[in-house]
Amino acid sequence: MLPLLIGLVFAAVMQLVVKPNIGDYPAKLVLDIGIAISLAVSLTMVNGFTGQFSMGHAGFLAVGGYAAGIVTYYGSQRIWGDRATHGGILSGRPLAIDPATLPLVGHGDWLFLAALVVGGLVAALLGFLVGLPSLRLKGDYLAIVTLGFGEIVRVMIQQTNATLKPQDIAWEEVYPALPRPAGVEAVASYAFDVIDPATKLGRTVYQAVSDTPAWDVLTHVGGSLGFTGIPKYTSLFWVYIVASITIFAAFRLKQSTFGRAFLSIREDEVAAEAMGVNTTRYKVWAFVISAFFAGVAGGLFAHTLGVGLSAETAGFLKSFDIIIMVVLGGLGSISGAVIAAVVVTVLPEALRDIPQYRLIIYALALILIMIFRPKGLLGTHEIWDRAVWKRVRRRGGSEPGKAKGGSSP
Amino acid sequence: MLEVRDVSVSYGAIKALHGVSLTVEQGQIVTLIGCNGAGKSTTLRAISGLVKPSAGSIHFEGKPVSRMPPHEIVRLGVVQAPEGRGIFSNMTVRENIDLGAFTRSDKHAIAADREKAMELFPRLRERISQNAGTLSGGEQQMLAIARALMARPRLLLLDEPSLGLAPQIVQTIFKIIRELNAPPPRGAGTTILLVEQNAHMALNIAHHAYVLEVGAITMQGPAAQLAASDEVRKAYLGGR
Repeated sequence: MLPLLIGLVFAAVMQLVVKPNIGDYPAKLVLDIGIAISLAVSLTMVNGFTGQFSMGHAGFLAVGGYAAGIVTYYGSQRIWGDRATHGGILSGRPLAIDPATLPLVGHGDWLFLAALVVGGLVAALLGFLVGLPSLRLKGDYLAIVTLGFGEIVRVMIQQTNATLKPQDIAWEEVYPALPRPAGVEAVASYAFDVIDPATKLGRTVYQAVSDTPAWDVLTHVGGSLGFTGIPKYTSLFWVYIVASITIFAAFRLKQSTFGRAFLSIREDEVAAEAMGVNTTRYKVWAFVISAFFAGVAGGLFAHTLGVGLSAETAGFLKSFDIIIMVVLGGLGSISGAVIAAVVVTVLPEALRDIPQYRLIIYALALILIMIFRPKGLLGTHEIWDRAVWKRVRRRGGSEPGKAKGGSSP
Repeated sequence: MLEVRDVSVSYGAIKALHGVSLTVEQGQIVTLIGCNGAGKSTTLRAISGLVKPSAGSIHFEGKPVSRMPPHEIVRLGVVQAPEGRGIFSNMTVRENIDLGAFTRSDKHAIAADREKAMELFPRLRERISQNAGTLSGGEQQMLAIARALMARPRLLLLDEPSLGLAPQIVQTIFKIIRELNAPPPRGAGTTILLVEQNAHMALNIAHHAYVLEVGAITMQGPAAQLAASDEVRKAYLGGR
C-alpha cells in the first residue's frame, strides 16, 4: 500500500504545488504525459507481459472515454441540472467560483470517479468479448483482428446519431448557476434542431438531455461531430492518481503468480501450457485488465479541458502512438513504458517551433533508438535492473528497492 | 498407469504417427527410442495434450485424456519437460522453477520442493537469480527437469534430455533420472517416460523400451533384452 500512498501524495503535489507554478501550457503537457503513462503501462500488460500484439488499444480508450463521458454528461444534468464542473480543489477550479470556498473533493468528483470506474468496466467487458474469440489467434493474425476492432469502434461511434448542431444559447441556459459576465449574451453550444420561435434560440440541450431515457443515451454523443459538453473534471491530481494505480497494478501483476503466467506465455507458449497454464484464459485476462486501465485513461481523456472526444480517438493513429511507447520502452518493461510515454509525448511538443522538420526528427529519433536499442530502451528489464544502477547500489551497500510504485517521472 | 492405444497424429497432410500403442507401468522408466523424425516427440506431445490425436485413445490411470487441454492434463500429474528445453529465457532461474509449481498453491510444500530441486541440481542454486537464457545447455536441461519436478509429477515425460549436451553432463542427467525413479527412501519413485536418441544411455537405465520407426512401433520389450538384440544393436547402438 505504501507505493499507492506515495502516488497519492505525488498526485496531490502535482495538482496543488506544481501546477500553479508552471503555467497552463506546461501543465497541459504534464497532464498529457500522465494519461500517456496510463495508456502505455496498460498496453504493456498485453503486448509486454503476454507478448500478444494488440493494435486496437485506442478502441478501449475511446469506449472508456465515451462510457465515462456519458455518466458525467447525463449524471451531472440529472443531479445538478447543468453540466458545469462541481468538483473540489483537487479537480481544478470551476469557472467563476472563488477557490477559497471550495472543498478539497467536491460532489462532482465522486461522480467523476464513478464515471472513471464505469469507463474502465465497460472497456474491460469489451476486452473480454473481443479477447475470447480473437486470442486464439497468434502473431500477425491477432494484430490484424485487434486493428480491425479499433476501426470498428471508430466507425460505430461515427454512426451514432448526430442530432446536435452548434447554435447560440442564452448564458443562463448553459450555466444556470453562474453569474453572466458583462457583455456576454449567448454561448455557442450544441443544441437540438427545435428552435424556440419566441427567442430564436435553440431548445436547451439540458431539457432534451434530462429527458433522454437510459436506452437512448448513445443518440446524444455527437456522432462524427464529436462528444462535446462533457464536464471537464480531469486534473493533474486525477491523472497521476490513475497513473500511480496503473503502475502499481502492473508491478504487482509482474511479481505475482498470476502475472508470471502472463510472462510465461510471452517466453514460450508451449512450455507455459506444459506447466499447466491455461494460456487462452490468461491471455483473455491480460486483455481484460489492460482494457480496464485503458478505459479509465479514456475517462480521464474525455474529461480533459480542450480535448474533443471523437470517433478519431479510437483510430489506429492513436493505437500506434501507444504501441510506439511500449515498443520504445522495451516490451515488458514498466519503467521503460513510463519513460517512453514521457519521451513520445514531449518530443513532438519540443519540436513545435520547427514544424517543418518535426515529423522528420520524430521519425528519425524513433529509427535511431530502434537501431541502437533494438529491444527498446530497457528490453524486458526495469530501469533499476541495469548494470549502472546495480553498480551504484553495490557501492552504496543497500538492498535494491522493491517496487517504485507511483513516483514516476 | 498410462495406456496409449492406436494413436495417430497428423500435421496437416503429413501423418506423423500411425497407430502407436504403448503402456507405462507405475514405478518404471520406459524409454522410447528411434531416430530423428520417427515421431518420438509427437508421441509425447500427444500424451501431454499439446497435439490432438486424429485417431486412437490415451488413458492415464483409467481416465481418457486425449481430448483434454494440456493444462488439465498437467493437473492430473502428467508433466512434460519439453523438447529444446522450453525454458523461459528472460526470467530468472527462480522464476522458472516457481512456474513449475503453477498448478499448486501449498506455499510451504512448494518451498520444500524448491529446496529439494536445489539439492538435486546444486548448479541451479548457484545461478538462482540469473536469467535462464544465460545458462549453459546442460544447466538449461537441469532447469527444465527441476521445473517439471515442481509440479510433483506422477508421470514425468522427458523429451531428449541428452540433446546437444557434453557426454559428462549427459552422465549426470541420467544419474539424476535414475535417482528420481528410485523408490521412496532414496528417490521419489516417479514414473518416467523417456524419449531418447541416445539409445545406449536410455536402454541402460530403462525397465522397458519401445522402438519407434517412421511413426510406428516396430519393437518392444524389456530394455535389457532390446539392448541385446541384433537389430537394435545394429541400428541404434553402433554395433555390428
